[in-house]
Amino acid sequence: MNAKLVLFLLVFPVTLWAQGFSGLGAQVDGFATPAPNPVFDFPEDHGPHPDFRIEWWYVTANLQGADGQDYGLQWTLFRTALAPGEAAGWRSPQVWFAHAAVTTPKAHFASERFARGGIGQAGVEAAPFHAWIDEWALSGADFDRLDLKARGADFGFDMTLDALGPLVFHGADGYSVKSREGQASYYYSQPFFDIEGKLILPEGTVPVSGKAWLDREWSSQPLSENQTGWDWFSLSFDDGAKLMGFLLRQNDGTTFSASTWITSEGEAVTLPADAFRAVALEKHRIAGREIPTSWQVTLPERGINVTVAALNPNSWMDLSIPYWEGPVRISGSHAGKGYLEMTGYE
Amino acid sequence: MMGVCLTALLSHWWRNPIQLFAYLAGLALATALWSGVQAINAEARASYDAAAGLLDDGQFDQLLPRQGTSIPQEVYIALRRAGWVVSPVIEGRLGKLRLLGIDPVTAPRGLGPGGPARLLSLEAGAGDRLFMAQSTAQGVDVDVAVTIDAGIAPGMAIADIGVTQRLLKRNDLSRLIILPQQPLGRVELAQIAPELRLQPAQQTADIGQLTDSFHLNLSAFGLLSFAVGLFIVHSTIGLAFEQRRGMIRTLRSLGVPLRGLITLIAVEMMLLAAVGAVAGVVAGYLIAGLLLPDVAATLRGLYGADIAGTIQLRRSWWLSGLLIALLGTAVALTGRLWQIAHMPLLASVRPRAWVMATDARFRLQSRGAVILLAGALVLALLGQGLVGGFALLGCLLIGAALILPKLAAVVITMFERNARSPLWQWFWADTKQQLPGLSLALMALLLAVSANIGVSTMVSSFRLTFVGFLDQRLAPELFVQVETAAQSAEVQAFLDKNATEVLPLLKTRARTVGPPTELYGVQVGPTYRENWVFLDAGRAPWDTVAAGLGAVVNEQFARRAGLWVGDRVAIDGDTTLPIAAVVGDYGNPSGQIVVSAQLLQTFHPGVIPMQFGVRTQNTLALRQSLQDTLGIPANAIVNQAAIKALSMQVFERTFTVTAALNALTLLVAGFAILMSLLTLADLRVPQLAPVWALGITRRYLGRLEVLRALALAAVVFVCAVPLGLALAWVLLSIINVEAFGWRLPMYLFPAEYLRLGVYSLGAALLAALWPALRLMRTPPSALLKVFANER
Repeated sequence: MNAKLVLFLLVFPVTLWAQGFSGLGAQVDGFATPAPNPVFDFPEDHGPHPDFRIEWWYVTANLQGADGQDYGLQWTLFRTALAPGEAAGWRSPQVWFAHAAVTTPKAHFASERFARGGIGQAGVEAAPFHAWIDEWALSGADFDRLDLKARGADFGFDMTLDALGPLVFHGADGYSVKSREGQASYYYSQPFFDIEGKLILPEGTVPVSGKAWLDREWSSQPLSENQTGWDWFSLSFDDGAKLMGFLLRQNDGTTFSASTWITSEGEAVTLPADAFRAVALEKHRIAGREIPTSWQVTLPERGINVTVAALNPNSWMDLSIPYWEGPVRISGSHAGKGYLEMTGYE
Repeated sequence: MMGVCLTALLSHWWRNPIQLFAYLAGLALATALWSGVQAINAEARASYDAAAGLLDDGQFDQLLPRQGTSIPQEVYIALRRAGWVVSPVIEGRLGKLRLLGIDPVTAPRGLGPGGPARLLSLEAGAGDRLFMAQSTAQGVDVDVAVTIDAGIAPGMAIADIGVTQRLLKRNDLSRLIILPQQPLGRVELAQIAPELRLQPAQQTADIGQLTDSFHLNLSAFGLLSFAVGLFIVHSTIGLAFEQRRGMIRTLRSLGVPLRGLITLIAVEMMLLAAVGAVAGVVAGYLIAGLLLPDVAATLRGLYGADIAGTIQLRRSWWLSGLLIALLGTAVALTGRLWQIAHMPLLASVRPRAWVMATDARFRLQSRGAVILLAGALVLALLGQGLVGGFALLGCLLIGAALILPKLAAVVITMFERNARSPLWQWFWADTKQQLPGLSLALMALLLAVSANIGVSTMVSSFRLTFVGFLDQRLAPELFVQVETAAQSAEVQAFLDKNATEVLPLLKTRARTVGPPTELYGVQVGPTYRENWVFLDAGRAPWDTVAAGLGAVVNEQFARRAGLWVGDRVAIDGDTTLPIAAVVGDYGNPSGQIVVSAQLLQTFHPGVIPMQFGVRTQNTLALRQSLQDTLGIPANAIVNQAAIKALSMQVFERTFTVTAALNALTLLVAGFAILMSLLTLADLRVPQLAPVWALGITRRYLGRLEVLRALALAAVVFVCAVPLGLALAWVLLSIINVEAFGWRLPMYLFPAEYLRLGVYSLGAALLAALWPALRLMRTPPSALLKVFANER
């Protein structure tokens, strides 16, 4: 889910780490770069890779209350390095930040946290797995059974995640190409989590359950300079199959897309570049921008022709890095639920 | 054509260089003090903005240690992990440099213009960098790169928290800023870090507000001297126009159009004014540069505000200085030009017309004076606030100045009636006749002398009160400062055995709303009972305090809070105590509440005495044994005498500026008299010639001229004494209360006033000497010509 890369590139320059990230797309001064044919080493690779510039642990979930009400949830821990490597104390070049959100059909709650590396305020340990920032955490004895916690000023959640399938590797065995120029990242997912727990909302605590999707990605120079925005889809169809697809919008008006088809058994098939197609149907005005909150998604190879519509078009993440992210409903040739993230809309 | 006209007009200045000098110098003087004071104010404000903008402690809640100044870094992590969204700050001194370390990643966004992000864009390797103002960077020697940032307060450097810790050789934190947005379900502070306490955001009393009164004070002085300067300009313009009436008549008779002539005169006068004003701005810059160190010291001593040590050329003050000078000239000019425009072409040329006192003008002035003085009375009875106080001052001073010519005329008439010899009768009559021409200069002298009397009364009253106050407050012979709880206990035990009386002092910030207030816990003993003099007290105030049933508050606090003896004051949250007594506390910007140590500890259990006052017969020996036995460092033990000296030093510097401004206004007034006399001198030849012809020698006439100046100065001085005392009363009882929060008793200093009297007579003497000498040297032929030239 390298949507966040675009996020960095497009939005970060105007925020805190402006100088640190300018030129991200072009320069890799001293950072390690992803190479084809990766060999992952678990559980170590669930932990951080400080020699790479950026990395994340990204959970999204489609939830349902006892009354059938739909909810969405997001929890993401980002790591960003000002320089490769790690050092103790305040000298650490690692900076951490996290986003959490809960979406209901009527409301959208979001919160963020920031932390310096090296002082114990935030970090990730591979085994037993423990990813934390402040009191927010994603942790468990191993990567298959995790507890998830976050609190904002007006919402929070405590969830338990239980993996029912294998890890899925995108691109070429986890080497995910992001542009025609060859920019790439390491990218794998765990899309088979059952999730249950409670949402803390202004109206009270709501017990919920559903399906969660966890993305892991790290890289140093993932994007080409001409890429301006990003639309990322994770779709779970009612028949058990899943589809991850993204469009990278380029400043000449063209797009670059990539996608992975995941069978209900957990078998991943990387589809050819640009096979995945998504066309905006409806635009919604929010935060002074026009955001497409309804899409026509087609993947002829798999007979997919569906409409993907936001559960709540106002799922705007009004944070230091603003973007749109929220749960979606799928209808058309296939039915299901999923998550949509859109960045770079000005 | 116009060129010829201009040459003709300019020839006037050629022939009257002294008038030209008076015009230019008057404007320069007016502009100089005004723009100088504005320059100082602008500099100070910029410094406050820089300090407030960068890390305005007041705008956020904070966590502070209950004891000492250190928070272990683990406590910060523990708080974050428990859901407290806080950002660490470390502060310390590196030599003279105040170092401030922040964490830009967690710091609140609202921190400063552009925020800390602007400073600490944490690019790789940029962490090792100090940010400070240019003036601070000179003379700083640190082993990290320095980046100049004009937005940072002088004397201060800002850096990433890690760099700051390394430079200060520390691994702890000073305080934690609590961000406005806090999550649900945060663990209680007492469970995570009981050693910390929450300091609520302070909405009021930022440094700019505190120091407003001081700057208003400076501005008032600047305005006073500006007014005096404009007096000079006004009278010079008047004189120049009257003297040029003949020339104007001639030019117009030769066919120069009125409009062209008026334009030409306006351009000529405004160009000259611009020259004077520019000279004034330059002088203002120099004055500001000279005064700034003392102003800076004053602001630091009184308010703890740091301001930059150098004056920058800011458009705000130099432009406003120029504009106000030109505007003042233009106003003075307009009336005269209007006269020319309406003057019949061949109006008779009466050079002394403007000097001839018209009763109407005096009557008008007197009427204005009565209105202003009545206004002053109303303001004294009903006025409120600092602005009201200054308005009262303004009404009083201007009203008194306006009524002065009338008053002087009455006095002189009295002398005239009682004069026996014809010569003296002529002397007084002639003096009276000169009054209109001198009245502006005399008013200036009155303002300067009364300002001097008023301010010196205030300063001396303050000094007397302050010295007495220091004696009360600094009764203990030694003061010992300790760093740790263990040291505190040791020192207490040691002193219990070795000193006559121990006065442990517990100190913390009061948890009350409003401006920062210090809460003191004391051990009530004989020293307090015998030495503290209350402004007002209930029955047995110290017994009440010792029993934990009352509190002593300082006057500043009482006045700000609008409370007095018997009222209840909030000690901690909702807990209140009756005020047992109000005590004078001079030179201290913050409010104080004093309760018994036991009571303070019930609200702040962690607070222990970190400071001890010690009564002893043998100061030296005790001091030595504290150092030897307990290892207290020498600089942690302070003698009473040293504190007194330091306090007095702060006090003296506080009023250096005032004294300097005072001297300057007196100087301006003396200059005004000199200019008036000089310009009048030539006009007076026709009046003196007959007296000379009757047999009075030029030397004798010269002496009479000097005597006249002295007599007028004496009249002015006699009027200035009551006015000065009224001024002192306003300063002590109204302005001080509003500006600093304390009312001072007024003392009188006759010897001081006498000295001022001698000074003002001296100024008049000096001013009269030159014109008198010129008179003595007037060639008899010139005097004779008076009779030859038919006018």
